[in-house]
Amino acid sequence: MGLKRKDILTIAEMEKEEIDLILQTAESFKEVSQRDIKKVPTLRGKTVVNLFFEPSTRTRTSFELAGKRLSADVVNISASSSSTVKGETLLDTARNIEAMQSDIMIVRHASSGVPALLARHLKSSVINAGDGLHEHPSQALLDLFTIKEKKGTVEGLKVVIVGDILHSRVAHSDIRGLLKLGAEVQLVGPPPMIPKGIEEWGVSVRYRMEEAIKGADVIILLRLQLERQGCGYFPTLREYAHLYGLNRSRLSLAEKGVLILHPGPINRGVEVTSDVADGLSSMILEQVTNGVAVRMALLFLLAGGKND
Amino acid sequence: MTERPTRILIQGGRIIDPAHGKDALGDLLIEDGIIREIMPPDEKEGSAVSEASNGETHHINARGMVVVPGLIDLHTHMREPGFEYKETVATATASAAAGGFTTVCCMPNTNPVNDNQSVTELILEKAKTQGIVHVLPIGAITKGSRGEELAEMGELVSAGCVAVSDDGLPVMNSEVMRRAMEYAKIFDIPVIDHCEDLNLTADGVIFEGAVSTSLGLKGIPAASETVMVARDIALAELTGGRVHLAHISTAGSVRLIREAKRRGLPITAETCPHYLVLTDERVMGFDANAKMKPPLATSQDLEEVRTGLTDGTLDAIATDHAPHASEEKNRAIDHAPFGIIGLETALSLSMSLVDGGFLTLSELIGKMTEQPARILGKKIGRLGIGDIADVTIIDPNVEWQVSESDIKSKSKNSPFLGWNMKGRARTVIVAGKVIENKWGES
Amino acid sequence: MEIVILNKIEISRALTRIAHEIIERNKGAGQVGLVGIRTGGVYLAGRLAKKISDIEGDSPPVGALDITLYRDDLATKKEYPALKKTEIPFDMSDLKLVLVDDVLFTGRTIRAAMDSLIDLGRPREIQLAVLIDRGHRELPIRADYVGKNLPTSIEEKVVVLLTENGEEDRVVLRRGPGNGDQG
Repeated sequence: MGLKRKDILTIAEMEKEEIDLILQTAESFKEVSQRDIKKVPTLRGKTVVNLFFEPSTRTRTSFELAGKRLSADVVNISASSSSTVKGETLLDTARNIEAMQSDIMIVRHASSGVPALLARHLKSSVINAGDGLHEHPSQALLDLFTIKEKKGTVEGLKVVIVGDILHSRVAHSDIRGLLKLGAEVQLVGPPPMIPKGIEEWGVSVRYRMEEAIKGADVIILLRLQLERQGCGYFPTLREYAHLYGLNRSRLSLAEKGVLILHPGPINRGVEVTSDVADGLSSMILEQVTNGVAVRMALLFLLAGGKND
Repeated sequence: MTERPTRILIQGGRIIDPAHGKDALGDLLIEDGIIREIMPPDEKEGSAVSEASNGETHHINARGMVVVPGLIDLHTHMREPGFEYKETVATATASAAAGGFTTVCCMPNTNPVNDNQSVTELILEKAKTQGIVHVLPIGAITKGSRGEELAEMGELVSAGCVAVSDDGLPVMNSEVMRRAMEYAKIFDIPVIDHCEDLNLTADGVIFEGAVSTSLGLKGIPAASETVMVARDIALAELTGGRVHLAHISTAGSVRLIREAKRRGLPITAETCPHYLVLTDERVMGFDANAKMKPPLATSQDLEEVRTGLTDGTLDAIATDHAPHASEEKNRAIDHAPFGIIGLETALSLSMSLVDGGFLTLSELIGKMTEQPARILGKKIGRLGIGDIADVTIIDPNVEWQVSESDIKSKSKNSPFLGWNMKGRARTVIVAGKVIENKWGES
Repeated sequence: MEIVILNKIEISRALTRIAHEIIERNKGAGQVGLVGIRTGGVYLAGRLAKKISDIEGDSPPVGALDITLYRDDLATKKEYPALKKTEIPFDMSDLKLVLVDDVLFTGRTIRAAMDSLIDLGRPREIQLAVLIDRGHRELPIRADYVGKNLPTSIEEKVVVLLTENGEEDRVVLRRGPGNGDQG
């Protein structure tokens, strides 16, 4: 009952059964994460390479801990995006690393499709740790895990995703996963930040926060990249906060016991008012904990599922 | 394959010459590089000519073949000078011959840009010494294709340029474009525009829509093309200059052009085979060989482009042959260059539209011979007595597969690798010189 | 071909005897904890706890151990059981832990289980109870409590069926190609 795939590149291409298997496996690893000795010998002798072309502390550390807790040898390589911005050395870099007998390569890159490109050319398993505006499957899986853990199920929940959908690979993966597990997904944000054709995925789109949030079981807030201000997507942070910031009165429109997720770190006073953010902080930490368990599950399933 | 007998007799083929409304079986006699005679098929093989001949006669058996004027490509990126690692005059013309083309018009976005006589002359000199088909250079509209000052069109035309274009680096400033259209009237050459609003495109990678959203790639909206088509139509109306719109890819553009032509404006337009057979779905999986400008659009666009071809809104089929090295295409897709090669697949892909009932074979050949010639104002692309003997012999039924090893172009960036094709140019004759196409036997 | 080695009554008798042996060897059950190896061992550990409680009055604590993460054959196997949780809801330090499994075969499962237990805490002692010892050890491991010693050929397969799995209690010997996965 392993994963029947070499790579984990997108949630879009995953079957519901695969997602269920990963979430179920992650539960066991959450238990391991709570032991005094948080390490098991499962991937002894396997080599996991974190190949990050984009700076990242959280995701990289999470994968690194996941690998180490499974006793794999973990190597971190931060290839600066500038040296490979033309992409010329991209395949060469990856082939070089693979020649050192890596088993799993975890790849983050500012360009969509790079993990897929490497997966096509490498024998190693490739895990997409975020590519451009495309997908960030492990983040979505940990969001799904957290929702399932708190709400018991994902099916039938109304999930509202707020903010810059266009530039959020997390949102893209979240939407795919939530829909596969049977949630009703509604997007809300400034129209320039809603990507073309996304309705075809099976979501509904709103432009007004109050309309969207009504009856929500889960609210996923996206981190607003502050440098988008003045690029034509929205005029000012002030206006964004006014139109889309989550405050107490808006929150009261949601279902009782609404779960709020945020990939962190929060821009206080932008995505959320400070008082709402305080309640949210603990959930962000919980997501981080769950992230390690989910990534252990991914490594375990990919390494164990190999048949050669 | 370069023997040059004084006489060539092509026997028993179906001769299609759209310029003369001809489509019939017959024999075609070439003498000293000139079309001498077209005769009904002779029952007694070759006897009609043999009486008169006192030299060697090269007999070509064309039974079951289609004999057409040599194909003309309005839109080739030959890459020389400056990008010889992608393509050269030698490899581009070899690729052209393999695809059935006897004439290619090469775009000026070389390095240096073909914005002056010396670059034009260099290209023509290379073509003469290393090329195996005719090369007609297209000069730049503006100096350095920077979109600011007009290039010296008079000098370019006298050096041999047949049109002007800032292809790939389109003129954004409408005032500059207006002056170019006006000025080109002196020489009666078309101004060829690559219609793209660079601000709308920004750093877009593929067509904006469900596929770009799925792949997380920045989109190029359809409006990026249609906005500029609308501008060019307005400017053509203002100036009365001849405007040729390159590689039309969207439904909106086709509708605008149709309407402009109905009003009698001096507009012509081309599309490319890929816009007739592919949609943006082809990019799924991040294949950089399906990345080009304008980007592959939706199936609605494809339908409208086909309709435009059928109803004459789109005059010609051009390849937009744009070679790039594999290491460039193997980059992350947003850093890979735009463009695909097309000379060697254009004919077969276009012929599939004949099978699909969108146009007759004669109409199709017209869009690759008579029409490009008309747009250029050149007496080529036809089989009149006394015309220069540029002839392509097509085997309409041969089935073949696109394989990297068979591609004559220096670059292999085709989205059609592995495709099964039907119909191929078996022989091309360039000014009486016979080139038999050969591909790997394996 | 299938031969019944133990029936329902015989299984119960064997477990009763093991329960008595555990109590006797450990001078009561006060310092004993039972840890079943998933999946069959967990059911047997539960039954042993019940029997000990019937004899002694108090039930020893029972835990469940999933040894998947400690297997030495993960990379070579095409399929492996779904990962389940390890649940040991008591502090094992200073306890005498009795590992419980259905069949003792190569000893590799027990090796994995001991490694796992040692990572989870520091029991004073680890003992081993199995319902069937079928021989063919690949590691120097010996059971402290054995329901039945069953000499087998390597091609045979020993299967313990229990009511907890929706089967009638019995131990069967199957002959045919492909031996079992039991360690």
